[in-house]
Amino acid sequence: MGQVDLGRQAALLLLADGRLPAGGYAHSGGLEPAVIAGRVRNMADLEAFLTGRAQTAGLVAAAFAAAACARASRDDLAALPELEAEFDARIPSPELRKVSRDLGRQLQRAMGSIHPHRYFSALGRAPHQPLVMGVAASVLGLGPQDAALAILHDNNAGAAAAAKLMRVDPFEVHAILARATGPLDDLARRAAETADADPADLPAPSAPLADIAAEHHRRADARLFAS
Amino acid sequence: MHDHPSHNETRALRLGVAGPVGTGKSSVIAAICRQLRDEFALGVITNDIYTDEDARFLKSAGVLPAERIRAVETGSCPHTAIRDDVTMNLIAVEDMERDFAPLDIVLVESGGDNLTATFSPALVDAQIFVLDVAGGGDVARKGGPGISGADLLVINKIDLGEHVDVDVDRMVADATSARKGGPVLALSRKRPETVEQLCAWVREMHKTYAAGGHIPVDPGPMAPHHHGEGDGHTHSHGHSHGHSHSHGYTHSHD
Amino acid sequence: MRDSLLPDPSPRGLARAIGAMFAHASVSSELAANGHSSQIGNLRSDGPLVLRKSNPKGPEPLTHRDPGVARVMLAAGTAGPLGGDGYRFDVHVGAGSTMVLTEASALLLLPGISGARSRFAINITVEAGATLVWWAEPIIAAQHCNHHHEVRISLAPSARMILREEMILGRHGETPGDFTSRLRITRDGAPLYDQQLEFGPKAAGFDGAAVLGAARATGSVIAVDPAWQDAPPQAQPYHPQAVLTPLAGPGVAIAAVAPDSLELRNLLTQGLQYLGPPWAI
Repeated sequence: MGQVDLGRQAALLLLADGRLPAGGYAHSGGLEPAVIAGRVRNMADLEAFLTGRAQTAGLVAAAFAAAACARASRDDLAALPELEAEFDARIPSPELRKVSRDLGRQLQRAMGSIHPHRYFSALGRAPHQPLVMGVAASVLGLGPQDAALAILHDNNAGAAAAAKLMRVDPFEVHAILARATGPLDDLARRAAETADADPADLPAPSAPLADIAAEHHRRADARLFAS
Repeated sequence: MHDHPSHNETRALRLGVAGPVGTGKSSVIAAICRQLRDEFALGVITNDIYTDEDARFLKSAGVLPAERIRAVETGSCPHTAIRDDVTMNLIAVEDMERDFAPLDIVLVESGGDNLTATFSPALVDAQIFVLDVAGGGDVARKGGPGISGADLLVINKIDLGEHVDVDVDRMVADATSARKGGPVLALSRKRPETVEQLCAWVREMHKTYAAGGHIPVDPGPMAPHHHGEGDGHTHSHGHSHGHSHSHGYTHSHD
Repeated sequence: MRDSLLPDPSPRGLARAIGAMFAHASVSSELAANGHSSQIGNLRSDGPLVLRKSNPKGPEPLTHRDPGVARVMLAAGTAGPLGGDGYRFDVHVGAGSTMVLTEASALLLLPGISGARSRFAINITVEAGATLVWWAEPIIAAQHCNHHHEVRISLAPSARMILREEMILGRHGETPGDFTSRLRITRDGAPLYDQQLEFGPKAAGFDGAAVLGAARATGSVIAVDPAWQDAPPQAQPYHPQAVLTPLAGPGVAIAAVAPDSLELRNLLTQGLQYLGPPWAI
């Protein structure tokens, strides 16, 4: 478990593709709030932002995606409500809980049409995005580490949004993403290691500025991105 | 699994309204709501580039109860939200239909984009494309999928024609030619008879849809290219002409 | 994960552990025989963890210097913890009682000789109808420190609680050492709040705009009241660097980041005002 099955790499690419029609394009992964607050002004700021986000919100999402994938793979959907509750406890900001549930619902709606499976409706009305990602990975025959990597990749949405929010050279943005590939793989590995752990013990790193900025963003008069 | 009612009696007519920025999409929707709210159970989904400005406009205009007007934030990709990735809008429409069942018509307003933005047939059953005379008299001739393939082309603000040196009749004729005879409606909210024509079209479309006689058609993706303007006629490639409905005109792209 | 409270098993950790200090203190409160005031039950100091009964110190939420509550102050008998040290503190708030726990001074985390990790584990149980006010002083992560701080709170469904936690990234003018913490609050066994914090040289991206940015101080106030089950307080982003947020259960978190400890304290106190009485101070 944990290694990419050579026969399934295409499925992982499908799931992680930014063009998967699940509405992710409307979100900047917290970058717009950070730019508006004046905390991300240049490429160095952007890289530190993306690194910190991957290590916090990214790792939490990855761990829960991996855990959901492991449970779905053994047909244990009854364990998902407990994961939902643990995930809620790790997100103090109601706005970020809502964003996660909105994105989860969209992924559920999209995957339910793209690759119908009874698991998608069993997820309930507005499941958190990492749990849907974990279940979707399982349904596509992928493992916990794949699910973790897919959500970590998605969590980097800020990079794509940077082109609209900042004066950037898109090559430099992708240079940041290229440097981040190693750390992202490491995080996915860590997430997969806890896939079968007690949900209470899953990682819970906080990101105080992301929480604060998200609540300000919801009340902003003008914004390009929903979050 | 998902709420995909397949029968028209349990699902509203989903009517898209697209068109460039500032041509009056919101006021077309406001007019439809004002005129038809006693006849039909209506809901509106707006798509905005920045926040929820259009939803606020419609709510403040009081054309429908505020809870029947909902905004989808499109991440400054209004085109994507109605075409490549309709999931957010689809969920918004399905929620609206569920929360206020039974609805007759859900209007989906696209965020103002350009001439190439049209709704995916996965999202709407029929669509109106809105131009205005202030955008220039030659816009209709330039064509594009929205102009040539929408179920109805509205040329709005015709009362302004004389102020912007646009010959409205000529513009309507150009548009009709670009649409190969498809319906074109010259509209001004200051001319009640044109608003009534708009409503008559909506009524007719709803009737056809409810009877199962309307099959969503795709105006077409971004046109591969346009011909020059010399012949006064523009068309986009890739269209194959299919069935007809009550307006005697449609495209099919299967 | 780095949650283990066992001594660091690495060769360096074992070497350092020879001179390390381990301490286990505990305190409990109970409802007095009169049925309304609270009293200290057991009070057990150990080495550097000195506990004593106390009087009201400064402004406090919820209890507001009420003389009828059980008051305990934690004072550090020595500097530290130092790298390699392991402290444990157990708190039990008995059914119906109210405990106010304060601290005599900030907790200064210092490095040990070998760089081994220090640990402080605090386990708190708040029983039915009981109330805990834990008004802590800042934790200062000195340069080169290596510390893990872990607080676990188990609340009965009818329990109330408010706590303050403040972390300072280094003494004046110095960069912080490696600090990790976890605060996990469960209510009736279900998770209500679970947050780790990690900063220092080993924490990639902690100084980025998603986590702490250029802040030198961060902290929160967590309040839990069963009365919020149906009507939680509204979210209030009351300052560019602070927010009050309702949790998914009957609790709120006030979070702030600040350039220094004074500003942090001001922001957290300001946030409390949005909860109104009896929480505001």
